[in-house]
Amino acid sequence: MSSREDILGRVRARLNRGATNAALAREQMLAALSQRTQGPKPAVDAAPEALLARFREKSEVMASTVDIVATEAEVPAAVARYLVAMKLPKTAVAWPSLTTLDWATAGLTVEGRGARDADLVGITGCFCAVAETGTLMLCSSPGTPAAVSLLPETHIAIVRAPRIVPHMEDAWNLARKELGSLPRAVNFISGPSRTGDIEQTIVLGAHGPYRVHLVIVKE
Amino acid sequence: MESKSMHFKANASAKLADVVLQGNLKNAKGKFVTARAKAITELDDFEATRDAAVAIRNKVIDNLDIWLETFERKAEDTGAKVLWAKDGAEVCRLVVEIARKHGVKKVTKSKSMLSEEAGLNQALEAAGVQPVETDLGEYILQIDDNDPPSHIIAPAVHKSLDDVANLFHKVHGTPRKTEIPALTREAREVLREHFLSAEMGMSGGNFLVAETGSVALVTNEGNGRMVTTLPRVHVVVTGIEKVIPTLEDLSTLMRLLPRSATGQSISNYFSILTGTKRPGDHDGPEHLYFVLVDSGRADVVASDFHEMLRCIRCGACMNHCPVYQTIGGHAYGWVYPGPMGSVLTPLYTGLDKALDLPHAATLCNQCGVVCPVKIPLPELLRKLREKQTEQGMRPFTERLGLRLWAWVAQKPKLYALGAKIGARYLKWLAGDSDRIRLLPAAPEWSKGRDFPAPQGKTFREMYAARKGQP
Repeated sequence: MSSREDILGRVRARLNRGATNAALAREQMLAALSQRTQGPKPAVDAAPEALLARFREKSEVMASTVDIVATEAEVPAAVARYLVAMKLPKTAVAWPSLTTLDWATAGLTVEGRGARDADLVGITGCFCAVAETGTLMLCSSPGTPAAVSLLPETHIAIVRAPRIVPHMEDAWNLARKELGSLPRAVNFISGPSRTGDIEQTIVLGAHGPYRVHLVIVKE
Repeated sequence: MESKSMHFKANASAKLADVVLQGNLKNAKGKFVTARAKAITELDDFEATRDAAVAIRNKVIDNLDIWLETFERKAEDTGAKVLWAKDGAEVCRLVVEIARKHGVKKVTKSKSMLSEEAGLNQALEAAGVQPVETDLGEYILQIDDNDPPSHIIAPAVHKSLDDVANLFHKVHGTPRKTEIPALTREAREVLREHFLSAEMGMSGGNFLVAETGSVALVTNEGNGRMVTTLPRVHVVVTGIEKVIPTLEDLSTLMRLLPRSATGQSISNYFSILTGTKRPGDHDGPEHLYFVLVDSGRADVVASDFHEMLRCIRCGACMNHCPVYQTIGGHAYGWVYPGPMGSVLTPLYTGLDKALDLPHAATLCNQCGVVCPVKIPLPELLRKLREKQTEQGMRPFTERLGLRLWAWVAQKPKLYALGAKIGARYLKWLAGDSDRIRLLPAAPEWSKGRDFPAPQGKTFREMYAARKGQP
């Protein structure tokens, strides 16, 4: 007997599985999968200004820094400003989907591709953002590779304010509506990577970025 | 991992005398407990969220076979392969086979307690595959001659800064550093090389989502993302009880897990991984395997202990346990310490292999109060004690003593006489003090505590004397 049959067989025996209770269990399962009942959620004011304010506040709690600009055209200059202020290189890897922005005029050298170990700055967008916890939702695809937000020491993320949703549940609904099925990797990111494994002392920059900077576009 | 739970008493005594460990435990306790207390107030209704989490976990565990079949089908639809392992030995065999099939020389690992259960690192090494632990805590333990973890969330909580500084200096051959950020940077650089060169990544699974056939991983360091993004093979080793129905359920459980574990509102990284690298993708594994592990879990379904299967491995029970906080995790002798470990170890390794663990609790119910999925841990510990007694596993002297007491207790006159003599003897023993330092009948037991001295008369004597008085 295969291990699969052995394991499932013992579970079935313990549950006194028979045709009748199996049919009932399947019915309950299908109901659960189609109803997708949501649990209790902390109240989040869904007015656009309030969503933005909460997202910003919670992001800062998670040690991200935040800049707000009016239009997408202002993003390259905002990124350049941050890199100069932080004395960081003006060369970056970005999601291929972001190469339409005019990085050169802002004095930046930006390559749209997957990330490599040597990349020091990674620029990404996000699928949406969650106000409840100050969290970015990134979905992998050819235009949005996962490692760009992971390998570089600095991660800069562009967040469009209308894409800030109250809760993670809203993010799932948006993904179902716009993507149909889940991409290979959905990464929820809340601030720079960190560890507390030596004497429970929090240190930023464990294996992923040391710093996460958010450029929020209001339009 | 071989269980050393039979030596609980001796281990616990040694840990009590360990000054460094005692300091670390005190330090960690304050941080986890305070942060959790604050974090749960962010939820408008913590209790309702707990109830919802209980319902989610029960929904699956009460029909585990059906949910497992569904998860398996969904995962295979995404291009993953689903394998099943009855025990640790089979986990090792399957993972080594996968490594061989794909010509793997090095495996980077994100934290997996099940891999500890199975002793997977030893098996990989024996097969000529280098396992590299990448969670900072697990890495520290691995390079310290495979020191076992002492906490499921903070595996190296028993190590001091000094320990880590000496260890890195010795193993990496670098100048000795004493600042925590510098040590973290050093580990980052060493491990980055491994992340980039490993052909296979291994992770546990915080949850398996039946709706989408995905695995959900929670990490703060980003190592979970590294091992599931960079290597060309990803193997998930996880218990059969980890299935949950939907992404909505995942959101509910994620409101509880980081808060209960470290007191964070959310972990820095929370990844939901579905299938393999898609056409045109720049990163992600070409092969994804799930190894669904039984190792004792199937037999807990619909048993007296079924509630234990709800556990989401947050570690809140140990953070709040006066016994764990006093002796640390190693004394428990196996993979899982604290109250959840005292239930799981006998269930998964055998009741007779961990005789002291169900007794390593004051039954104060701190663990039950903080458990995000409301597992009645003290009740389960009590049930384990009952099983031990039913199966004649308690020591001969204890059994004899209890039988003697039962016999006497059925004879009221004899019982009264015994109590009378006993009360006077103990009063005499206490002398002028109101405490007895050492009970001759139970020297071991009274070594760590004083026994209150009786008044010299029994309750019944005093009751008889006062009868009729106003």
